[in-house]
Amino acid sequence: MSISAEKTHPSILMKGICKRFPGVFANQEIDLRILKGEIHSLLGENGAGKTTLMNLLSGVYQPDAGEIWVDGKRVTFRSPRDALDHGIGMIHQHFQLVNNFTVAENIVLGMPGPVMLDIAAIEKTVSELSNHYGLAVDSRAHIWELSVGEQQRVEILRMLYRNVDVLIMDEPTAVLSPQEIERLFLVIRRIRAEDRSVIFITHKLEEVLEVSDYITVLRRGKVMSTVQPEKVKGKDGSVSRELARMMVGREVILEVGKEPCKTKGTLLQVEKLSVRGDRGELAVKEISFSVNVGEIFAILGVAGNGQRELVEALTGLRPVENGRVLLEDDDIASGRERVAYIPEDRNKRGCILDLPLAENFALTRRRQFTLGPLMRWKAIAKEVRQSVADFNIAVASTSMKARQLSGGNLQKLILARAFSQDPFLLIAEQPTRGLDIGATEEIWKAILHQRQKGGILLVSGDLKEVLSLADNILVIFRGQVMDIISCEDEENIADVGLLMAGVRRRR
Amino acid sequence: MRVRLKKRLHPLNWKGHLFIPAAITLALALGALLFLVVGINPARAYWEILKGGFGNFYNFSEVLVRATPLILCGLSVGLASKMLIWNIGAEGQLVMGGIAGSGVALFWSPYIPTALLIPTVLVAGFLGGAGWALIPGLLKTRFRVNEIITSLMLNYVAILWLEHLYFGPWRDPAGRGFPGTAMLPDGAWLTRFWGTRIHLGLILGLGAAVLIWFLLSYTRWGYEISVIGANLQAALYARMNITSSILWVMAISGGLAGLAGICETAGIHYRLQQGLAVGNGYLGIVVAWLGKLQPGAIVLISILLGGLMVGGDQVQIVLHVPSSISLALQGAILFCVLGGQVFQEYELVIQREKV
Repeated sequence: MSISAEKTHPSILMKGICKRFPGVFANQEIDLRILKGEIHSLLGENGAGKTTLMNLLSGVYQPDAGEIWVDGKRVTFRSPRDALDHGIGMIHQHFQLVNNFTVAENIVLGMPGPVMLDIAAIEKTVSELSNHYGLAVDSRAHIWELSVGEQQRVEILRMLYRNVDVLIMDEPTAVLSPQEIERLFLVIRRIRAEDRSVIFITHKLEEVLEVSDYITVLRRGKVMSTVQPEKVKGKDGSVSRELARMMVGREVILEVGKEPCKTKGTLLQVEKLSVRGDRGELAVKEISFSVNVGEIFAILGVAGNGQRELVEALTGLRPVENGRVLLEDDDIASGRERVAYIPEDRNKRGCILDLPLAENFALTRRRQFTLGPLMRWKAIAKEVRQSVADFNIAVASTSMKARQLSGGNLQKLILARAFSQDPFLLIAEQPTRGLDIGATEEIWKAILHQRQKGGILLVSGDLKEVLSLADNILVIFRGQVMDIISCEDEENIADVGLLMAGVRRRR
Repeated sequence: MRVRLKKRLHPLNWKGHLFIPAAITLALALGALLFLVVGINPARAYWEILKGGFGNFYNFSEVLVRATPLILCGLSVGLASKMLIWNIGAEGQLVMGGIAGSGVALFWSPYIPTALLIPTVLVAGFLGGAGWALIPGLLKTRFRVNEIITSLMLNYVAILWLEHLYFGPWRDPAGRGFPGTAMLPDGAWLTRFWGTRIHLGLILGLGAAVLIWFLLSYTRWGYEISVIGANLQAALYARMNITSSILWVMAISGGLAGLAGICETAGIHYRLQQGLAVGNGYLGIVVAWLGKLQPGAIVLISILLGGLMVGGDQVQIVLHVPSSISLALQGAILFCVLGGQVFQEYELVIQREKV
């Protein structure tokens, strides 16, 4: 190890950390050491205990046993504020921003200060910070106007504004496109260059290898190993099977068997569709494409390039400014019952966390389960049990609340609900966002299976997902079509990353 | 050692619900202090309250009479709150229900067949309240005006209308200056039972509780109401008609409050007068939240609150304490029970710090 002498003094030391939740040992005897100026990745499947461990470090939870040392001093954090006072800040997977406040207001929120805010001065500091770190964001914009990627930048700025020495980021790349991820990595490296540490929670192997100085692999609440990326990289720099095996404890198949599609006529036709965004700007500009029966048509793009507005227009959640959308030659408005939609935000839009599974299943299927004005709850419960069996959803009972399901199981339930609708068209928006490899694989297989029954519009920023599943790929950039590429066109497929970034190919 | 609140990861089992009796005990202890301050034996005071409210059949019948408008107003607020619509206007809707129903009884009764008079008066009361509640409903759905403000402000408008009517155009010419309308024709008086003042309104309240419970548990629309209340984004995603649900819920909510108004008028006072707007609409908010928006619990809480009021009056007479002591007691109970509800979501953790 070639670490210079002054860096060997660990900035964070966690010793023998245990945390138990009812029924699970989330963290068991965990030791972790973070040095100054290092990027340390916590790698593990969903439920491995990564987030819990970091919640302990950032003061959200208190450990049942174990010690936390910061700069050689034993500390106890009673709240996130305590941790912040010691220079430790965490950005959670679900952002903690106030939608109706501006960027600058969110950044100073919760900080001590004078009674009157000097917003101009704050905005100035924020712009300086955002220039310094390359975190472009308008400090006067309201949070609700921002894309997920931009909101993340606000969260990072918020931590930098508090001058943290240790920045913890929980699954920061789950919501980002490849290009945005690159930009995020630049920012992270810039933070490291100032001798601060970044702890990076993820389950994406490639990213870990690219960005980290150290990798700690967690599995079922225990540390499997701490390694340096060079030691576990494959010969060609690719993802090593060794690392994946450490993480999941079994050989992972990263490919899904896909047969070439047999298309049978046009299902969805979008003609010169324009849609306005939240700020009244044209978010989707004259987009045309068509989806055939039996194909997976992907809309690929960096988050915030009009995908959300496009999907909302197709599903009737947002008015169409101009253009036509036809489903089997009829206006789509008359066929909405046959369009199933898996929304990106499964917690806020796709389900109701505080209601039981049956009530969640009924959300989009309620009209099919009525007897006059009455709901047939027993029939719904039966169908839920069927779905739980068919889709291998891990639930203790169907009377559980949605909140009690893990992300992967919840998504499988939403998928099962969409399929049970027997849709002509399935619109799947980021269907595997934030899920572990096992759940991702199952969802991909289910989507491929559904392809035989109708058309699928897959909206995703995950290049790997799109390349694994799609038959045709539309690359969207700033609300416009960059290109539509067939998956068999290997020459052009190589360029989709550039297209996503808005770079046109040379002809 | 330190004490802190920790969010519960698991719903409470039955033992956890013991905090409700605990909270009431605490409230009674606070009340006992109050009685001690005015020099009265608290045990005796509570005994008198209990006797006053539940000691004999007549007293208990008065409790039910007192509970009737509370049940209807509690259901009114509860139904709207289920959908996260804050109807603070039950008081005004109650008044408008009273005005509409009495108006029909006073001026149109000669033209209505006797058998249909009571139903017509009740329907008019319901519609009066519903119409009044639709004003904030429409303002909310059309112009996104906050219903808390509008429904609250309309209470004052309704009460001014009421005063205008019984002081002015509807004043009983034979009333010798007494502010109030003429007596309603006795054909419009609500049926009373068992020689007490318990009237048809109680049956209507209990029936409404059953209907709303059924609506919320078993019907599609009831399900949609709970979804809209629990997660508006999901309701939009599922293409629920939110505007129409808001309007219907407001109309029914207002209608129930209106029913409370006409039942008080046609069941107890037999005329429009000052005693109509005595805060039952506001108490409905309290009842709805103490009852956790559940119809059965709303009925129970209304009866308990009614008991406290009637019993409080009794204490006033027997022990010569100010009647406000019963209000103070109500306040203490509300404070303790609502405060105690924190423990439903949080648990108390006592940690001994290791040195």
